[in-house]
Amino acid sequence: MDAGTPWLLTSLVYLGAAVLAVPLARLLGLGSIIGYLAAGIAIGPWGLQLVTDAAAILQFAQFGVVLMLFLVGLELEPRRLWALRRPIFGWGSVQLLGSTALMLLAGVALGVDWRLALVAALAFSMSSTAIGLGVLNERNLMATTSGRSVLSVSLLQDVAAIPILALLPLLALPGAQAAAADGGWLAATKAVGVIGLIVLGGRLALRPLLRWIARSDTPEIFTAASLLLVVATAALMESVGLSMALGAFLAGVLLAESEYRRELETDLQPFKGLLLGLFFIAVGMSIDFAVVLAQPLLTLALVLGFLLLKALVLLPMAHWMPIPLAERPVFVLLLAQGGEFGFVVLQGATLAGAIGAADASLLVAAVALSMLLTPLLLAGIDRWVAPRLASAGRTQRPQEIAEPQHAPIIIAGFGRYGQIVGRLLNANGLSATVLEHDADQVETVRRFGWRVFYGDATRLDLLRTAGAAQARVLVLAIDDIDQSVAVARLVREHFPQLQIVARARNVTHYYRLQQLGVELIERETLDAALMSGRSVFELMGWERHAARNQALRFRRHSIELMQRMAPHSGDEKKLIALAKQGREQLEAQWAAERAEQAQARGDWQRPTE
Amino acid sequence: MPDIVVLVAHPQQQHSRVHRALMRAAAQVAPARVEVRDLYALYPDYLIDVPAEQACLQGARLVVWQHPIHWYGMPPLMKLWLDEVFAFGWAYGPGGHALRGKDLWLVASTGGPAESYRPEGYNRYAFDAFLPPYEQTAALAGMRFLPPLLLHGAHRASEDEIAAHAAVYSQRLARYPDWPELGDLQACAPCAVPGDARPDAAR
Repeated sequence: MDAGTPWLLTSLVYLGAAVLAVPLARLLGLGSIIGYLAAGIAIGPWGLQLVTDAAAILQFAQFGVVLMLFLVGLELEPRRLWALRRPIFGWGSVQLLGSTALMLLAGVALGVDWRLALVAALAFSMSSTAIGLGVLNERNLMATTSGRSVLSVSLLQDVAAIPILALLPLLALPGAQAAAADGGWLAATKAVGVIGLIVLGGRLALRPLLRWIARSDTPEIFTAASLLLVVATAALMESVGLSMALGAFLAGVLLAESEYRRELETDLQPFKGLLLGLFFIAVGMSIDFAVVLAQPLLTLALVLGFLLLKALVLLPMAHWMPIPLAERPVFVLLLAQGGEFGFVVLQGATLAGAIGAADASLLVAAVALSMLLTPLLLAGIDRWVAPRLASAGRTQRPQEIAEPQHAPIIIAGFGRYGQIVGRLLNANGLSATVLEHDADQVETVRRFGWRVFYGDATRLDLLRTAGAAQARVLVLAIDDIDQSVAVARLVREHFPQLQIVARARNVTHYYRLQQLGVELIERETLDAALMSGRSVFELMGWERHAARNQALRFRRHSIELMQRMAPHSGDEKKLIALAKQGREQLEAQWAAERAEQAQARGDWQRPTE
Repeated sequence: MPDIVVLVAHPQQQHSRVHRALMRAAAQVAPARVEVRDLYALYPDYLIDVPAEQACLQGARLVVWQHPIHWYGMPPLMKLWLDEVFAFGWAYGPGGHALRGKDLWLVASTGGPAESYRPEGYNRYAFDAFLPPYEQTAALAGMRFLPPLLLHGAHRASEDEIAAHAAVYSQRLARYPDWPELGDLQACAPCAVPGDARPDAAR
């Protein structure tokens, strides 16, 4: 490559390859990850040879994974992370230890040296967090059971990478690296110290610091600070030999409750996307096709063999966790593939002298190939397996999917509002399929015996699974206005038979729903406020029944007025004028009634005869 | 403008074969002439739109009250409708001439069989004994009270009986005012209410 302005040329190559390959891959329905991998192969040593030093790029691009885990951490408040402790440590350990043991046994049974078998088993048992979470994000599956399960297992793998890397030197061939394990205690103390520093610093110092930076009112400095925060955390972790990604994840979790969460997220998102893309390009480049071509059958057997063995562990896991039938293939595949930590483990093992360089490059190729295969297999699953599972699931697993399929009512959003509706219906023997996107909320109401499904109702496929095509009524009780409108639009478009009964957070929300053709809308505060108004009347000495009548009449007036104002919902001036006019009319009407009553009473008191 | 207004009041319409059949029959007569108003469906919250009801009555010649007899009278929403719509100064009292000259027809059903409305039956009185409040309501509003159409023993009526009854009902509505017995009926004698008799009636 030219020595003049190398970074300019390199950027040209990378950006050009990505910009060409990714849209092409998406056009073919293969997803962006395949596009990046293909771009990597194309520009790498086995393609056009535009870039040759894949390893250096891979190291740099790993920062994309770090950023990604920081962002994942931002989405998980400590509370929710704590709720995930069982899937992380329980199921994560089952996956890691189970796969490692199975593959070790298989290796030894085939006559491989146990050290090599163990290193290979450990490396293969890792799964790609980048591809896994990338795929889940691309498909909006993060909020589902399988999404959180993949995340949990990946997190445990990140944690486990630390002791694995620490133990690798012990596997070293005798005499190769005798002094490697020295100072183990010191390293452990340092590691604990750094984690403590991150936790304490994140809890106490970060928020005031971010506030101070935000007050400077310079957006790019806030972006720089966001990046600096992740880089610094990663560097701290790196310095004591811990996983950078894990440190970034921790920092993210600590900031998840802060007011800067959305800002950090928005600032870092593009960096994460590009670096992650670069990471995939680097993976594509790092596949050593010389090794693959030298022993094509062995490589293929390795890839298929480890995918199969890991699937043997993952399938029963998916059954017991349990993960809905339709989500299982994705879950199994995402965790069965190899991952970037596999590279790290293999690199570490080579350095420690536990395995030879030739074996290492074969194993690296196998891991990389599995990462290349994953998006392809996924596309295959989507086309051929998933539809069949989705339809089979209806008949085979009545307790999970079939029954709600036929519930005539769907309640989307099971917060304070949806719950009241649900309780009323349930008490009268009507069953409803309940969707709620907040995992905590789901867990809470499940404890009260409700059958609630995790899920984001703005997803068409989820609505379909919930039985939207057969149901009669959708109770739209989602808190978030934009999501509520999105669901209404989706239902209007795809399930015209489904009647929507909607909760409106405010008048604007009401109009937006109305414009989509929703007819049964309740403003969430109207009735409660009217009841309070009734109470005031009563305290002012009105008869209870009169208070009730006036409140109900006011309700009718309010709804009529809103209907009259609907055509002008964009025009604030007109709205104000109409509201004023409506209020005056009502006041005049009621004043006249009061006068009439006073008149009548006056007549009564006047002596007759 | 429909000249017949049928007010249906049944708190549990779903359980009433008779009133569902009657309402269907009324609705099928001639939609341009007959307006059927199902009070329990219109006002599930018992919040009656008085101006709308009065406007509807204004153009009618015949007002039909179609309801089951509950506790020897009309269901509560029908009574509330009467209380609020037949207002002082509108339906009766000074200036209350809105309904004068119109006809009022009661179409009612009873759960008890015809035999129970006898001195020896468990209802102890002939059914006519329960009608004076209706007759006088009509009289006070200046309306002519037409001979009621009754179905006794509604719970045990066979489908055929109900169909026959509904047929009579729709025939009557279709032929109105061309009924043989109407020739003999006197126009209602006016009952003037002095202005200070019920001063607080206007709500």
